[in-house]
Amino acid sequence: MAVQITPEEAVKKIIDKSSVMIGGFLGAAVPLIMLDLIAAAGVKDLTVISIGAGYRGGGVDIGKLVLNKQVIKYVTAHVGTDPNLIKQIVNGEVELELSPMGTFVERVRAGGAGLGAVVTPVGLGTEVEEMAEKIMVDGKPYLLFKPIRADVAVIKAYRSDPLGNLQYQGMSNTNPIMATAADIVIAEVDEMVEVGDIACEDVGTPGIFVDYIVQGHSYEERKNIYEELWIATNKL
Amino acid sequence: MPRNYIARRIAKEFKDGMYVNLGIGIPTESANYIPEGTHVYLQTENGGLMFGPKPKRGETNPDIANAGAEPITMLPGGAVFDVATSFAMIRGGHIDMTVVGALEVDEVGSIASWKIPGKLLTGMGGAMDLLYGCKRVIVAMTHTDKHGNPKIRKNCTLPLTAAGVVDLIITDKAVLRVGEGGLYLEELAPGVTAAEVERLTEGTILNIIEWEHIEIT
Repeated sequence: MAVQITPEEAVKKIIDKSSVMIGGFLGAAVPLIMLDLIAAAGVKDLTVISIGAGYRGGGVDIGKLVLNKQVIKYVTAHVGTDPNLIKQIVNGEVELELSPMGTFVERVRAGGAGLGAVVTPVGLGTEVEEMAEKIMVDGKPYLLFKPIRADVAVIKAYRSDPLGNLQYQGMSNTNPIMATAADIVIAEVDEMVEVGDIACEDVGTPGIFVDYIVQGHSYEERKNIYEELWIATNKL
Repeated sequence: MPRNYIARRIAKEFKDGMYVNLGIGIPTESANYIPEGTHVYLQTENGGLMFGPKPKRGETNPDIANAGAEPITMLPGGAVFDVATSFAMIRGGHIDMTVVGALEVDEVGSIASWKIPGKLLTGMGGAMDLLYGCKRVIVAMTHTDKHGNPKIRKNCTLPLTAAGVVDLIITDKAVLRVGEGGLYLEELAPGVTAAEVERLTEGTILNIIEWEHIEIT
């Protein structure tokens, strides 16, 4: 069962030293309004968990928190898109925890699904062996990674009903996985609808996983924001 | 050598009905040269199968993007899904072929593409999963670095992305197969001699003698 609150109320759930998961994929399908408010709130020493460091060039997605120097640790698969973040990592201002992308996703899934570890062959024969424990299963080597959870997950969905059932449109990417893996889950949506407006087979994240719903930009507003970004960066 | 030479050569590797994941840059460009009548299902690791070209302005969907968060379109019959499902496809051996760039490749098919200690820090992203899980791995790159040094080495000197996984190397000079015991020259790019390829390659090319008599046309 979820509660609809204002984004301003929701951002208070994130405090100094919180671990915060941010849904999306390198800037796409991210909770835009909540990211703006987390940056404005100025909470610091955050452990940020997201699949990659935002849109190429930095300053978008979690790049806003990087510019504000609010991040003390970043748990991810990729940082190559944000030169500001790379600088902070090299300077020792931000601690980096990397895992291969598919492993990262399964670690979050394991965190949400009550599993004890992720066991994968990916990364064998590389430096990744140093980031995990090597184990044998049926005579074959694997790497064992621990699950990832967060204090707060801030995710993005298309629509929500008052029960917190979330519908996605387009690529849901990391959002439905992160929805399972935090103590407090905040979903930013384009649109609020009534109970029954989202057919049961269209529910991407059942409301059982969601604590708070906040109204984000409308779909049309988001479309304009992304078109402006893509045009400004010669991608459209 | 025109920039699109490598992309055009990659496209000859597409076979009808293949599920393919293309890395950014030249591999992605190769989709423009898929042969007429060949249907290839393109996968993107952020969660899409059967995507198509860039949309027009005004026709974008903010949540339909490629792995670089750039706008794409979905084709009829396409599917979107979460990233756990996407990597189940990749790691689980459901993708027929991937084409990636590289900093170095060596004669046993190991590849380095994600890190230069003290110089380049990006994180491995999805590359390790793709290289492990895809049935066929093609590396597309320039034959030498910008200083003219070989990128096809006896042993990679940079941190590996995956060990012993590469099947074929396509460069601006040649096509090399990673086979039994080492590298085999399969093709020369127009105007390139076998002697030149041997000189620009640190790894041993096992069949180079067979190529030495071949005249350049």
